[in-house]
Amino acid sequence: MTVDPKSPTTSESQRGSMNDLNLSQLVEGRGDAQAETGNALRADVQNLNFWYGDFQALKGINLPVHDKKVTALIGASGCGKSTLLRCFNRMHDLYRNNRYDGAINLYPEGDNIVGPKTDPMLIRLRVGMVFQKPNPFPKSIYENVAAGLRIRGINKRSVLDDKVEAALTGAALWTEVKDRLGESAYGLSGGQQQRLCIARALAPEPELLLLDEPTSALDPIATAKVEDLIEKLADTITILIVTHNMQQAARISDHVGYMHLGEMVEFDLASRIFVKPQKEQTRAYVTGRFG
Amino acid sequence: MKSYSQIVQGNKRTDATFVAAGLVLLLIAMLTLLALIFDLASQGIPRLSWDFLTNFPSRRAARAGILSSWVGTSLVMIVTAALAIPLGVAAGVYLEEYAPKNWVTDVIEINVTNLAGVPSIIYGLLALGLFVYGLNMGQTVLVAGMVLALLILPIVIVATREGIRSLPQSMREGSYALGADQWQTVSRHILPSARPAILTGAIVGLSRAIGETAPVITIGALTFIAFLPPSPVQDTIPFINFDWLESPFSLLPIQMFNWISRPQASFHVNAAAAGLVLLSMTLLMNSVAIYIRYRLRKVL
Ligand SMILES: Nc1ncnc2c1ncn2[C@@H]1O[C@H](COP(=O)(O)OP(=O)(O)OP(=O)(O)O)[C@@H](O)[C@H]1O
Ligand SMILES: [Mg+2]
Repeated sequence: MTVDPKSPTTSESQRGSMNDLNLSQLVEGRGDAQAETGNALRADVQNLNFWYGDFQALKGINLPVHDKKVTALIGASGCGKSTLLRCFNRMHDLYRNNRYDGAINLYPEGDNIVGPKTDPMLIRLRVGMVFQKPNPFPKSIYENVAAGLRIRGINKRSVLDDKVEAALTGAALWTEVKDRLGESAYGLSGGQQQRLCIARALAPEPELLLLDEPTSALDPIATAKVEDLIEKLADTITILIVTHNMQQAARISDHVGYMHLGEMVEFDLASRIFVKPQKEQTRAYVTGRFG
Repeated sequence: MKSYSQIVQGNKRTDATFVAAGLVLLLIAMLTLLALIFDLASQGIPRLSWDFLTNFPSRRAARAGILSSWVGTSLVMIVTAALAIPLGVAAGVYLEEYAPKNWVTDVIEINVTNLAGVPSIIYGLLALGLFVYGLNMGQTVLVAGMVLALLILPIVIVATREGIRSLPQSMREGSYALGADQWQTVSRHILPSARPAILTGAIVGLSRAIGETAPVITIGALTFIAFLPPSPVQDTIPFINFDWLESPFSLLPIQMFNWISRPQASFHVNAAAAGLVLLSMTLLMNSVAIYIRYRLRKVL
């Protein structure tokens, strides 16, 4: 992959749309990501096909997921973003008649996540997920964050206390809830609930974090907090995020995959997808002229 | 064309009519129930006394008491609850969470639903043939508890399934996404969240069981019994004993039935008083359930 030699401003003036201007300004600060394009992969999707019964929702998907980077999946509604994301933790195994074909290699070992011999539970212990709608458990705030740790056999109070605090701090929620850890998670606002779900996913320290439109149910302020959080998290873990919001993708992602009707149309650095995509289809979508 | 205010007025009239009709019907139902309870109470209350609760049955109405039958009812209910709740919940969880969805489970599902509608005397006949004669278990507290447990098992199973089914799928996904296995998901999230529904089902079932007569008459509940089953607690190790399970028994509804069918009015008064005791036991059971539900809600 080559680095785009043109500055964002040049390409902006070439096309001159208001939308381009915003997006290119947003990705501007992410030049450092370009320099690191060649770094290690955390996961690699190779020729992945997926069927819901007879309906093929993913067709020959290829997608590298770079280690400690934010990779965003964009595309029109129904193109298969969630479907692809949910392959990474084998969520589809919960329902009948779903079928995978191909590979998602999870590094460093290179185990195939969707391989028939792979235990989905083992994968889910390594790959965390945050859903579109906040789904805290009907338990206390503390127990929500501790849930993943308890599943991993961690029940010692002192260890739990530390990890719960660390996860809540990591999810930028600690100061808001530290005095009410024993209260029901249902008493939190929507934005707080979503950050709680992020803390819950973070607590067991996953190698890869999947986010399916994590801010679509949130107001702008809560969204900004979650976005800040995602950028910060990428220092330590790998993030794969689905988003409908181009601005958001431009703001937080290092790489972007554009999908259409179950196919991966284009994958590149965010700075290129939003400034000078290779495919006309991608350009039409990111500039809002999607037909 | 009607003006908006006319439309709103019309809607309000329809609304008011419905509310009035609903209230009248509700009142009819409530008044009937109140009349029944009032009748029972006015007859029975004067007869209620400590002696009535602590005396064995007697041929003389004034000396007769319900000791053996209320103790019998309590013990049988304990057996019924201890059998029906765990079995019903386990079956419900299995059907809802574990069973493969194929025609076998479909058939089981239809059967369970239909079992709830089988007349209770059929269960009595089954128990008589299977437990009493087939397995030679005798006409004991245990067998009575078993037949009533069978009777209410479908109610508990259906309530458990409904409770589980009403939980959002996002809860399961959240749990599995953390790496939980099926049992962890069920025991930590599904069952605790379904507990209120399960509890309601269990109480509906037990309330039905406590008033049943047909199946227990079929297996041979006694109406005239002048001793108590052995006490479940004893003062020597291991402090509890289960001999009471093997004991013959009487039950409150049976005792009532017996007294009602006598010609003397004084026995009818006894029956009314026993009915009040039965009613209070049912209410007590319900209030315990409400209390537990309230506690559960408080601790989430
Ligand atoms: N459980 C399912 N069974 C059958 N088809 C499904 C199922 N879930 C999704 N699909 C189909 O698969 C395709 C991809 O769906 P998916 O949910 O992955 O889209 P998406 O890109 O996440 O859309 P959105 O942006 O609206 O969330 C759609 O055509 C959808 O109708
Ligand atoms: Mg989606």
